[in-house]
Amino acid sequence: MNILTLFVIIPVVTAFAIGFSKNMKQTRVVAAVGMGLQLLLSAYLVYAYLTERAAGNVAEMLFMYDALWFESLNIHYLVGVDGISVAMIGLTSIVVFAGIFASWEVEYLSREFFISLILLATGVYGFFISLDLFTMFLFYEVAVIPMYLLIGIWGSGPKEYSAMKLTLMLMGGSALLMVGLLGIYFYSAPDGAPLTWNLLEISKNTIPVEMQRFLFPFTFIGFGILGALFPFHTWSPDGHASAPTAVSMLHAGVLMKLGGYGAFRVAIFLMPDAAQEQAWIFLLLTATSVLYGAFGAIFQKDLKYINAYSSVSHCGLVLFAILMMNQTALNGAIIQMISHGLMTALFFALIGMIYGRTHTRMINEMGGLMKVMPFLSVVYVIAGLASLGLPGLSGFVAEMTIFVGAFQHTDAFHRTLTIAATASIVVTAVYILRVVGALLLGPIKNDHFNHLKDARWFERISTVTLVVAIAAIGMAPLWLSNMINVSLQPIVTKLSTATSTFVSLF
Amino acid sequence: MNIYDFLIMRHELVLVISALSLLIIDLALKPESKRHIIPIAVVLFALNAIIGYLPTPAGILFGGMYQSTPLVIMMKNVLNTGVLIILLQSYGWLTKEENKEKIAEFFILMFTTLIGMYFMLSAGDFLMFYLGLETASIPLAALAAYQHHRTKSAEAGIKFILSSAFSSGILLFGLSFIYGTTGSIMFSDVVFNISDAPLQVLAIIFFISGMAFKISLVPFHLWTADVYEGAPTNITSYFSVISKGAASFMLMLILFKVFSPVIHVWQDILYALSVATMVVGNLFALRQKNMKRFLAFSSIAQAGFILLGIMVGSQLGMTSVIYFILVYIFSNLGAFGVVSVIENRTGKLSMDDYNGLYHTNPKLTLLMMLAVFSLAGIPPVAGFFGKFFLFTAAASAGLYWLVFIAVLNATISLYYYLLVVKAMFINKNETPIEPFKSDMVTRAGLLLSAAGIFILGFWSQVYEWINNLSVGIF
Repeated sequence: MNILTLFVIIPVVTAFAIGFSKNMKQTRVVAAVGMGLQLLLSAYLVYAYLTERAAGNVAEMLFMYDALWFESLNIHYLVGVDGISVAMIGLTSIVVFAGIFASWEVEYLSREFFISLILLATGVYGFFISLDLFTMFLFYEVAVIPMYLLIGIWGSGPKEYSAMKLTLMLMGGSALLMVGLLGIYFYSAPDGAPLTWNLLEISKNTIPVEMQRFLFPFTFIGFGILGALFPFHTWSPDGHASAPTAVSMLHAGVLMKLGGYGAFRVAIFLMPDAAQEQAWIFLLLTATSVLYGAFGAIFQKDLKYINAYSSVSHCGLVLFAILMMNQTALNGAIIQMISHGLMTALFFALIGMIYGRTHTRMINEMGGLMKVMPFLSVVYVIAGLASLGLPGLSGFVAEMTIFVGAFQHTDAFHRTLTIAATASIVVTAVYILRVVGALLLGPIKNDHFNHLKDARWFERISTVTLVVAIAAIGMAPLWLSNMINVSLQPIVTKLSTATSTFVSLF
Repeated sequence: MNIYDFLIMRHELVLVISALSLLIIDLALKPESKRHIIPIAVVLFALNAIIGYLPTPAGILFGGMYQSTPLVIMMKNVLNTGVLIILLQSYGWLTKEENKEKIAEFFILMFTTLIGMYFMLSAGDFLMFYLGLETASIPLAALAAYQHHRTKSAEAGIKFILSSAFSSGILLFGLSFIYGTTGSIMFSDVVFNISDAPLQVLAIIFFISGMAFKISLVPFHLWTADVYEGAPTNITSYFSVISKGAASFMLMLILFKVFSPVIHVWQDILYALSVATMVVGNLFALRQKNMKRFLAFSSIAQAGFILLGIMVGSQLGMTSVIYFILVYIFSNLGAFGVVSVIENRTGKLSMDDYNGLYHTNPKLTLLMMLAVFSLAGIPPVAGFFGKFFLFTAAASAGLYWLVFIAVLNATISLYYYLLVVKAMFINKNETPIEPFKSDMVTRAGLLLSAAGIFILGFWSQVYEWINNLSVGIF
């Protein structure tokens, strides 16, 4: 069997197996085993991918498998990966694995919880391996829907409102996306040739420019909504704040990356002309995302809201970098996706663990936690430092690459926006350090906090997995960025064929 | 013409024989053993459904009044599948004490309306079409009033017969224009003489309005909610899938077959109807608390989606419509099946009664969830594929803005479908519906619809099978 298909089959089988488990203990063991296997498989995939490349295989996509599905519409089950998708799959596996351990003590309907969580992961894996636009869209929606149940049933606060808002906004995004994808399909081949959903085939053809102008906004905004594009980001703070720990981790860590990934893999790759022409609108929007999210985070008191706004800012940076449309910036965008995925997952995991002990997420009600739970606090500091871009951790590599790439554009418009976006780093430092100070240092504000225990073994597994990954990328970013760089080549080449030029405001 | 030619109309013949023999068997049975008629009728119908799949030559009877083509046979088979599920799901309800006197009537009436629909689908001229339509409508009214001792049921029957008569009048008026301007009622003659002359455009408008009543498109939908609510639940499911499906098929056949030269006229009409139907159906569905009314309005919105495929006028459009209706039959029957099982057991019909259902009846809840997700068009269940192909068809004609409106409406519909999911999974309830087990036959019916919802999407051969038999504008 094709190795990529296994990425979908293992979660489905795990979910089935969970359906037969008798109690909470069995459930979580089955889930952990299944997702552990998945993590090993991802590690093997990275290894196999690198060996293939080292052996001189220069095909655009590796491990391809093609099966005809709906013949008359030319819909295939077509999978294949390049360096970018391999990296995203690795990210997904790490976050899901950590997520399982972060939700080790979910008691209420634990079977259903893990099944939904794993189904969500199935959608994400399927999305990253698909090369056929139809299957890609199918998996995209599969990933979105379990969110409703996960937030609605196991969430906290105004969970029903948040769940509904999130689901409807994301489905509204897929309404836009549907139009975009159908349009791409009907212009996927020159007149008379059979139409195709195959991403690689479509990229060889040029969609007529006037159609690109019509379809690009649909596709880009459709994906952008999932990537928290301003002003469609409002689902994100509410959704993340209400979601249970593992769901916040998965959602901010992985699901939002679907938006960024789709934006460049589909929207920019297939419609480079319109991308050049309309980039200025979206650059303004994403720069707003970056700054708005960062400033929004400063004024929040709830830990989860702080992190949710910070996600808006960081994911905005991903889209911002994608719109810069040069090799370095795109490379940075992908590293940023992975880096942000890992550290935001770590943040949400820690917030969940802290909340589970203190029963509050308000920073002004907490203080001095460093004294009572040193392990969690130190990890929190590491996550914070990664988030504000300390060298040696993943955040630095990502942001550095993005800004270097963005600065390669010499015109005033790009320069201004880049400088504005760079300013967000300072704001990030403000809200991260403020939280660290208020939360971890200073006197203990509540006597009850003195009796709190530090992290338990499953919480350590969850957090250490993520910390190791963050540090690994920070210390040795080269292999990752090489892996991505090679795969970016076709996209950059395609962008250079665009006949339209960038419309600058200045 | 020899006697074997009658085999061309085997669908109708077998049904007529079944209906008549049920009538006779009913006379012969003693009152206390009347319920044995249920297995007999179900078996007879299952036989009919199987015979439908046997290969037979296509052909023409009665000088072109009756035509049988592989396409029409397939449509009949699709409807048969739905009716079989309805019959299975009705078992629990029919065996109740209050119905024991009139079990045979249920089957005879149902078979008769089905005969009418079959003749309608096979019609080769407007006379046969109209006869079939009326044969289908009148027993339906009787079915709606099946529980005539209940005011609401009787009211549903009267409402349906009146609005049906009214719409038939409009339809006939349109047909008379067609006869007046073309001099023929044969489909094959009319198609050569139709143009966009004012009188003929008027005829098309009247014809579409008449059919719009049957499919309950906005603004001709006003009867729907009351009739759906008043009729017994299993009859409502028949209304919402079979009756609607047959009328949609017929509208599509006539538009493709007879009015194909003036596609630019009816495409605009259908565009407007489709947008109105989706929007109004959805907006009304948002606030419904009674499950039957809720499903009634949601099925109005679904009819709006069906028009997306019809107005394209291509093979792709026809395939997507038939496929969508097949999927819709399974999904809607899944939802109605659960509603009827719960109503029969507890008499509860309000959405609030469904609060916390998952904790007491997890299997029913899962089926209901699958069904509403399928209706909303969420993958991986079949509804996603059905909707996606409809949108593909519309996009193939360049109707991107219509697709956009439709997908937005699908998102709105997701809101109220999620309300059901929310009620069952999230809301708390002091007095939840007790856990219960249904009888084997009903469960088989529910299982069948669940299987259809699950399998149909992935099973691409079904789509290809439909596609091979579908045609574009004739």
